[in-house]
Amino acid sequence: MRTITYRQALNEALDEEMARDPRVFLFGEDIAIYGGAYGVTAGLWQKYGDERVIDTPISENAIVGTALGAALTGLRPVAEIMYIDFIGLCMDQLNNQVAKIRYMFGGKCTVPLVIRTEGGAGRTLGAHHSQSLESWLIHIPGIKVVMPSTPYDAKGLLKSSIRDDNPIVFIEHKMLYNTKGEVPEEEYLVPIGVADVKKEGKDVTIVTYSRMVLFSLEAAKILEKEGISVEVIDLRTLLPIDIETVVKSVKKTNRVIIVEEDCKTGGTGAEIGMQIIENAFDYLDAPIVRVAGADVPMPKSPVLEKLAIPDVERICKTVKEMLK
Amino acid sequence: MEITKELAIKLLKQMMEIRQFEDMIMELLAKNIAEGGSHLYAGMEAVAVGAISVINPDDYITSTHRGHGHAIAKDGDLKALMAEILGKKTGVCKGKGGSLHLADLSKGNLGANGIVGGGLGIATGAGLSIKLQKQNKVVLCFFGDGATNNGIFFECLNMASLWKLPVIYICENNKYAMSVSVERSHAVKDITKKALAFDIPSENVDGQDVLAVREVVSKWVNHAREGNGPSFIVANTYRYYGHSRSDPRVYRTREEEKFWRERDPIIIFGNKMKEMGILNEEEINQIEEEVKKEIEEAVDFAIKSPYPEPEELYTDLYV
Repeated sequence: MRTITYRQALNEALDEEMARDPRVFLFGEDIAIYGGAYGVTAGLWQKYGDERVIDTPISENAIVGTALGAALTGLRPVAEIMYIDFIGLCMDQLNNQVAKIRYMFGGKCTVPLVIRTEGGAGRTLGAHHSQSLESWLIHIPGIKVVMPSTPYDAKGLLKSSIRDDNPIVFIEHKMLYNTKGEVPEEEYLVPIGVADVKKEGKDVTIVTYSRMVLFSLEAAKILEKEGISVEVIDLRTLLPIDIETVVKSVKKTNRVIIVEEDCKTGGTGAEIGMQIIENAFDYLDAPIVRVAGADVPMPKSPVLEKLAIPDVERICKTVKEMLK
Repeated sequence: MEITKELAIKLLKQMMEIRQFEDMIMELLAKNIAEGGSHLYAGMEAVAVGAISVINPDDYITSTHRGHGHAIAKDGDLKALMAEILGKKTGVCKGKGGSLHLADLSKGNLGANGIVGGGLGIATGAGLSIKLQKQNKVVLCFFGDGATNNGIFFECLNMASLWKLPVIYICENNKYAMSVSVERSHAVKDITKKALAFDIPSENVDGQDVLAVREVVSKWVNHAREGNGPSFIVANTYRYYGHSRSDPRVYRTREEEKFWRERDPIIIFGNKMKEMGILNEEEINQIEEEVKKEIEEAVDFAIKSPYPEPEELYTDLYV
């Protein structure tokens, strides 16, 4: 099978869905001539023109608000918020309008809207360009939150998101754009809300998502050589969480570590861990442990940035401690 | 406004410091000595230097994601600024902020900002604080053309006008919000008109002419100190480098870049000083050499400085 980058996989998903459905259009900052801050929309403005790839002013609140208006009235916008750090600028539109409108109006409308954004640390960009804010979003009933880790999932999930009639926040990771993976030429979809066992194992389950899947798989490989068998579950969708897949694994390994890049306190891992307790407490042989980001704004200094998020070494160490 | 030899040297030197500082950072980025992003101020020096030269050390500024120039002009220490951009312990923010978050509160610099328009609220709040504390200070609030399309711009201008706050809003119109031109993103191309809605006086100024910037900013600083409230200045300028390191600049032409490079603020000012007989060629060259040495020392200091200790990760979050 051919191998392409995460960036290219996303680009193909947008291209294919725009070709398939004339109601789909792209809407955001620097997505047209520039092709997106991280190059995801490259070439699409040249192909589809000004009316389907629209460069907006720096007006995040209005980007989400107008995308919602368009979604309510017959179109299927794919809006882009350049960095997830800027989501605060449009949180009212997202939380009070996008997420609630269908419910408030008694189910009489749909909101086929995707908000693509990107997050995470790794480029030493400091506190306003490196955050992992997914836990803010999973606290909003009415939206779905998708966070792919591989090119294959990125493409299949973005296509599914664009076809979904619900509002979706689709969070990419800046350190994944150049990663490569197998992606078939032929069309496929990856269902939203379904986790993926990226590696089977029997001693301990790591539940993770986005870039931390790569770190966890690397850790699992190292641990394999030491005779420790780790199962790695990539949640892929954080809202709704596919707890069944997680529970199935817990019943097998009886041990769970959650690896997440976001701040530990009130983070995504807190929700995942609680759902495991609610659904599989009797199967746990050890307390659930989180390997998470530090509860601090992301520091600029490369040495501090590395310490602020999980790394392979910390994951390995945590697994070994759990199995002691 | 009168210009003495001493002032001419100060203005020229600061503009050269900013230029060479930015050129050096580009070099450090290319060599991977500096990591991450950096938005460079080269080409726009006359705006920060001219504007900040007419305020007092205890007056405030707020800066932008393109903030190195403002920080230097507000009496920033070149070594501490360079070290900050490299994420070193000796940096002005202990290596925690970086290029996007340069701040030196001891000098009245309330900080660069990673969020477009992020400084507008801070500047307006500083203006309110000055008023409530009955001080005679002012705030220079710098932001780009792109920020004037963000909601906070309109909300802040309304408050500042309503309460007659001593804030001089300075829009650095460098024609592009990242890649999107003013033509493609502003309903009103003459950005000064946006202030009309709030009854705030506004005017355009040639942002490549440091003396013109001084003249205009000085007028509105006096206006603010006399209790007459805010003003809005659009300094028309240009950034030489791309938005950031990775920008191939496909959204603008090389001809346009050439046009602006021929309107270089440092050359314009140097020539004017020669014409007026205030500085001669030799003196100008000498200043340039001095600045070169300063920048080399700053880089040397920054590179040799240690990174923060691991414990620093958790310090400074709460008092």
